[in-house]
Amino acid sequence: MAEQPILEVRNLRKHFNLGDGKILKAVDGVNFAINKGETFGLVGESGCGKSTAGRTIIRLYEATDGEVLFNGKDIRKLEGKQRQQLYRNMQMVYQDPYASLNPRMTVGNIIAEGLDIHGLASGKKRRERVSELLNDVGLNEEHASRFPHEFSGGQRQRIGIARALAIEPQFIIADEPISALDVSVQAQVVNLFKKLQREHGLTYLFIAHDLAMVKHISDRIGVMYLGKLAEVAPSEQLYAKPLHPYTQSLLSAIPIPDPQLQRKRERIILKGEIPSPLNPPSGCPFRTRCPFAMDVCAQVMPEFKEVEPGHFVACHLHT
Amino acid sequence: MAKPILEVNDLRVSFKMYAGEVQAVRGVSFTLNKGEVLAIVGESGCGKSVTAQTIMRLNPTPPSIIKEGSSILFDGKHEITKLTNSQMEHVRGEEMGMIFQDPMTSLNPTMTIGAQISEGIRKHQKVKKVEALLRASDLLALVGISNPHERLHQYPHELSGGMRQRVMIAIALACNPKLLIADEPTTALDVTIQAQIIDLLRDIQKKTETSIIIITHDLGVVAEIAQRVLVMYAGRVVEQGYLDEIFYNPQHPYTWGLLRSVPRLDSDTKSALVSIPGTPPDLFAPPKGCAFAARCPYAMKVCTEIDPGHFRVSDTHSSACWLLHEDAPNVERPIEAGGRTHG
Ligand SMILES: Nc1ncnc2c1ncn2[C@@H]1O[C@H](COP(=O)(O)OP(=O)(O)OP(=O)(O)O)[C@@H](O)[C@H]1O
Ligand SMILES: Nc1ncnc2c1ncn2[C@@H]1O[C@H](COP(=O)(O)OP(=O)(O)OP(=O)(O)O)[C@@H](O)[C@H]1O
Ligand code: SF4
Ligand SMILES: [Mg+2]
Ligand SMILES: [Mg+2]
Repeated sequence: MAEQPILEVRNLRKHFNLGDGKILKAVDGVNFAINKGETFGLVGESGCGKSTAGRTIIRLYEATDGEVLFNGKDIRKLEGKQRQQLYRNMQMVYQDPYASLNPRMTVGNIIAEGLDIHGLASGKKRRERVSELLNDVGLNEEHASRFPHEFSGGQRQRIGIARALAIEPQFIIADEPISALDVSVQAQVVNLFKKLQREHGLTYLFIAHDLAMVKHISDRIGVMYLGKLAEVAPSEQLYAKPLHPYTQSLLSAIPIPDPQLQRKRERIILKGEIPSPLNPPSGCPFRTRCPFAMDVCAQVMPEFKEVEPGHFVACHLHT
Repeated sequence: MAKPILEVNDLRVSFKMYAGEVQAVRGVSFTLNKGEVLAIVGESGCGKSVTAQTIMRLNPTPPSIIKEGSSILFDGKHEITKLTNSQMEHVRGEEMGMIFQDPMTSLNPTMTIGAQISEGIRKHQKVKKVEALLRASDLLALVGISNPHERLHQYPHELSGGMRQRVMIAIALACNPKLLIADEPTTALDVTIQAQIIDLLRDIQKKTETSIIIITHDLGVVAEIAQRVLVMYAGRVVEQGYLDEIFYNPQHPYTWGLLRSVPRLDSDTKSALVSIPGTPPDLFAPPKGCAFAARCPYAMKVCTEIDPGHFRVSDTHSSACWLLHEDAPNVERPIEAGGRTHG
């Protein structure tokens, strides 16, 4: 047997009951595992359920069905001390840097909150740790005494990253941690994520929609569409040989930072709206926008199958 | 000769804080011609949003103050910095449109899409309710929303992120603005929807001759949509020029760093990205010389002491860097055309 994955997600579902008998299937039967020290990238269209998956894994939402095993233990069964221990080892960087920082706390106290809760540092050591973290994410010590509203969007996002890193967890769920940052700071933060991984064996679930960056940071990538995984593959392979038509269109839509190449290139621009997760299409959820849809696609949900070692895809073109 | 729609001259904006004054924008000058798309790029916190919001006078004063000597001339006749609030409201509603980064917080969750768009139309044009709604439906169709008639009755939360952003664009277009400012309009969207929105903006610009300022940190988006580029750093413009001048003949070390830090799909995955070491200066007390000097690998003595001002590269291209001075040493640029890095 290979070593035990640090995180195993089995048939995870998160359905929101919106009343009036309306059920929104935000995450609907997702399976993947992440090994220790690995970075797993999760990409996909806005609203496809990435954040919900992350939030259910860290138990901000109770799963509707399925299992999340962290170090072999079902997190749904953890209570009291064990649950607190879970948060010592698993942290989340939130997508929305505006809503996730307490406006009445100074940046220094926000960052040190985890240190305080878990009693990890106080006094001078605490101050030093805060300065060090601020520097790590490209801010200055002087920022510690200021309040979140005094910062730009990108600066707030970095405060959230510093907060998650503060207690040195084993596993970090980073929900669009760099989308609000400009490229040079993105590079800085991504390099920091990688450095921490090398030095402390950190594991990441990295949620994003910038595929070039996701490719850069991830060992493996999962592509989500409407609550389900469409494709999972090692990142090089996903880019060299995308199998799912949705992955292919995603890759072709990435803007290239090179005006001359840009003018020459052909893109697949998807027509049609993203279907509503309240009323998903029958069969393959992508079929309403898929350039290759066949009759069978409307009738049968394609199975999520391993077509090459480590390369999974849910598409009738690949059965 | 192309006519300017917007002439910004020595714009300075500060925030009065308890601890002192944050000098967010420190002397920004640029011109936007009619029908042109200008992209503003630069590090987080460098003053892009404050610049844009000041052009539309959306920054609350106080705490923000537009400094004496700043000038924003709109359409050759309105001096934005001098207009009264009611005059400004008129100009803003009639001739300018703004698209914000986060469509969810800028749409009213308790009003239908149709009501929000037609309200904007009726504020500035004397038309009947029905007429305004019809026009709203046309606008929704223009921004590529299917079944526009039915959508008029929907609320923002019933739409996807990409659709909400398109509704924002429709609202911004409601009064046929001469100037459209889009602050990170696609940052919150995924690439397939982003591609649709960029196509849409390009299309609108062609059809309506609207001038557009787009703020983004995605250089891919810049390459797709902009004709001219403004690179900002620590409240100043450090380089500006036509798209190809900035991508294929960049002159400022900060621009080099920016272009080098973009990951490319065709680049090697396992190498570290090239980032710019260090942090931008504290805008409470900005340095007196070049603001980038503390992080610049080429900084000379003069850089820390005297502000370089703008050196001319071509009629349309300038850079605020002492390396362009005739006495400066020749340095090898760490970057190839199109942002590919050496080695
Ligand atoms: N608390 C909630 N109650 C009801 N519906 C929700 C809730 N949270 C999310 N949803 C819905 O679940 C679906 C998935 O949302 P989620 O935020 O997970 O998407 P995402 O993939 O993270 O998108 P984005 O890229 O825009 O952040 C959406 O249709 C959303 O409207
Ligand atoms: N209301 C405010 N009070 C105090 N300082 C502010 C305020 N708004 C902005 N600032 C400061 O002004 C500077 C410029 O902010 P701005 O929002 O223009 O940055 P930006 O270039 O848009 O960055 P980002 O890419 O992160 O959105 C920042 O240093 C910020 O801290
Ligand atoms: S002026 Fe000097 S410090 Fe500033 S960018 Fe040019 S070389 Fe670097
Ligand atoms: Mg999300
Ligand atoms: Mg901004």
